[in-house]
Order: sequence, then structure tokens, then C-alpha cells
Amino acid sequence: MTHAIQLLVGTRKGAWIYRSDENRETWRAQGPIFLGSIISHLVLDARDGKTLLMAASTGHLGPTIFRSGDGGETWKEAAKPPAFSAGDPHGRAVDHSFWLEPGHASEPNVWWVGTSPPGLFRSGDGGDTWEGVEGLNDHPMNLKWFPPEGGTPDGAILNQVVIDPRDAAHMYLATCSAGVLETLDQGKTWRTLNQNVETAFLPETYPEYGQDAHFIALAPTNPDRLWQQNHCGIYRLDRPGERWERIGNAMPREVGDIGFTITPHPRCDATAWVFPMDGTDVWPRTSPGGRPAVYRTRDAGESWERQDAGFPTEQGWFTVKRQAFCADRADPLGLYLGTTGGELWMSGDEGGSWRQIATHLPEIYSVVAAPA
Amino acid sequence: MISVLIPSQLTAYTDGVTRVAAAGATVAAVLDDLDRRFPGLKFRVIDEQDRVRKHMRMFIGRQETRSVAAPMRDGDELLIFGALSGG
Repeated sequence: MTHAIQLLVGTRKGAWIYRSDENRETWRAQGPIFLGSIISHLVLDARDGKTLLMAASTGHLGPTIFRSGDGGETWKEAAKPPAFSAGDPHGRAVDHSFWLEPGHASEPNVWWVGTSPPGLFRSGDGGDTWEGVEGLNDHPMNLKWFPPEGGTPDGAILNQVVIDPRDAAHMYLATCSAGVLETLDQGKTWRTLNQNVETAFLPETYPEYGQDAHFIALAPTNPDRLWQQNHCGIYRLDRPGERWERIGNAMPREVGDIGFTITPHPRCDATAWVFPMDGTDVWPRTSPGGRPAVYRTRDAGESWERQDAGFPTEQGWFTVKRQAFCADRADPLGLYLGTTGGELWMSGDEGGSWRQIATHLPEIYSVVAAPA
Repeated sequence: MISVLIPSQLTAYTDGVTRVAAAGATVAAVLDDLDRRFPGLKFRVIDEQDRVRKHMRMFIGRQETRSVAAPMRDGDELLIFGALSGG
């Protein structure tokens, strides 16, 4: 059965919340929220089902975190937003918070945030005050893992924090210049996890670090299975294994396996979706051939099928960023994506067909689906 | 006292008021005084390494400063602006 869903949409010019009816047929917009602010991520705390955290900055002002306990009607700013230590030996200052992650279910007031420049911060009071995680931010490898000149057009990012649902101390990070990092002690120590992941942009093709891990996801029913959409291909890793397998090699050659994001099925660990983009010549990062499509695997990456019904069949130059493709947990599953052209799309039949929910929004950075 | 001009980007902190009085012997001290009354304002303007944020500008009278250590005297005016930038 389906349920009412809310989509938390962060854009370059503010945030919106779209809420559906029980059948996900009609959608009602709430917003703009903080019109003009750059909203990197807007996340619901699934542990209490009501708290929202928002990572915000503006073109002029520094970064901050806002919290809401009433569905986004009112907001309160964090008393102490994420910030590096005064006198930081590398002179780092947080430019923006990129990724907000609620802590493990056993730690109800804990939140994590990944920032640009790459840094990891923790809140133990529901997001009101934040402290740097010294084990990463002061790691001896910090400048090698996160060189100041590395990164995206918006700066180098620690773009994801992923927590093992079985163990609060076991976490993964996705980063734009050190690939995937893993800790078994909740951030005190870190190791790289990048075996067999390509770096086509460095002299060494398979280095220990240097990879650009655009997006990683644990299979919800099998947290030992990791999916990764990397700058250089689609990969899968089954722990305790250490070596990623490039499952994107099974994608059609004319489409390739470059993209920003990957979305696993919440009930099947062999199923995931990607949204390919053009990574040839000067890297347009748009839908290959101007024909948007998602691709689904139902056999853990052995094969992929194209799903494009409802999308433009020509002249559709979509870009879908790291945080802008997600699934709900309804049955049948709903999939949602937001484009840099301000279009919000959904599929209510596991990718079989697609339709627009909203157009004319600002550049969409993030879309998060949650029960309404 | 110091008269401080608040730009539109920060009036959400001052309940819409664009001119406020503050005390302090340096730019940092004036901003600290403002931050006590309008929590969170200073960090939006000055980063954790005490640098004026890239797209903010501050003037003491007609003289621009990028230093929070710049001295302020009673009767001075501190003008805070959002820079011409963005799109």
C-alpha cells in the first residue's frame, strides 16, 4: 500500500516541502522556505518523525543550520553551527554544510554533518551545537586526503555520512578526493576503502585514495552490501570484502556508467537505480544524447534495464546531483528526482513510468522522501 | 557608542531594524556586542578564523576594513554591506 509522502527539496534559492495524498497522486507545495538561501540538504529525523534540520548559507552570509519541530512552519538557528577550531593550522573555515545525517537509532540526539571544505562535525543535542570530529579533521593524512586544490566547482566536499544500522560506531564517508573512508570506532580512526575503484584523472589508475565517491548507499536489507556511483563508474562492494566490483561495465556502452547518484531498493538488496550522465569529452554531465532515463538493476549489477517512459524523448538535458535522487519506502516503491533545471519528477511504479510533480523551481540540490 | 548599519541580508536577526547602536573598542568587540543581542549574527559575517567573509564588506566611516582588530572609537560608524556578487 502507498502512504502520504513528503519531499524535502533543497535548492540554490531556498527550500520547499511537497506533500502528497495517500496515493501520491496530488502534491501540495509548502514554500519557499528561506527564499534566496542556498539549501544544500533538508532532512527529517526518522527517529522522532518530526524534527527537520536544514543546511543553509547564502551568497553573502556564512553557513548555518536551522531546525524545525513543526513541519517547517517555524525555524530556530543552531546556537553553535559547524565550524573548524579557531586557529586551525590549515586556516580552514566551513564554507557550507553539505550533508546532514541523523545519528544511529540508539543515539536519538546525535546528528552528523559533512562540510566543504571536507570536515566532519557531530552534534549531541539535536543539532543545536556542533563539535569537530578530531579523528578526521586533524588526521595526519588530512591534507593528502583533502588537498585544498581538490574538489568540485563549489569546493571540496565531504559529501556523505553513512551509518551501519547494526553498529553506531561503524560509519562510512563518501568524499570527493579521498574516495570512501571507514571507521569502526565512531570517528576516532579512519581507513581508506577504495580497492579497484578507478581514478581516470590521476597518474595512478587505482590508488589507495584520490577517488571521487559521488554517492554511496547501504542496501537497507543487507548493510554489508554497498553501492557506489563514483566519478569513474558504478561499483558494488560486499563486506567483509575490500575490493569494489565495477558493475557499471554492464551498462550500455553508448550510455556509460557515469553519474552522480545511486538509489537502492529498500526491500531488495539486488535492486538499485542510477541516473546516468554524459561523462565524455568535456563532461557535459547531462543526460546522454538528450534522452533522460534511469537504469535499474535487479541482479546486483549483472545487467541493467532502461526506464524512460514519461521522460522527454529528445532534447532533455537533465542533470541530477548527488543528493537529488531518492526512494520512499511505500509499496509499490516511489522514486523521486530533482534536476538542476528545477524540475521535480516521480515514478509511482518503481521506475516504470515518470511524471512531473513541479517545474520552474530553482536549481535543485537535494530531494529527500519521508512519510508525510 | 558605535552606530552600526545592518544590511538587508542580516535584518532577519535584528527584527527588521537597519541601524543599531553597539559598544566595543574594535570591530570584533562591536560584533560580539551585536551577537549577544542578536545571536548568530557575527558568524554569518566573520568566519571561525576571524576573517570577514568573502562576499561581505565593512567600513569604518568611509574607510573599508577587512580586519576585525581594527580599532573603533566612540561616535564611529560601522557600515556592514553585502558585496556586489552572486546571481
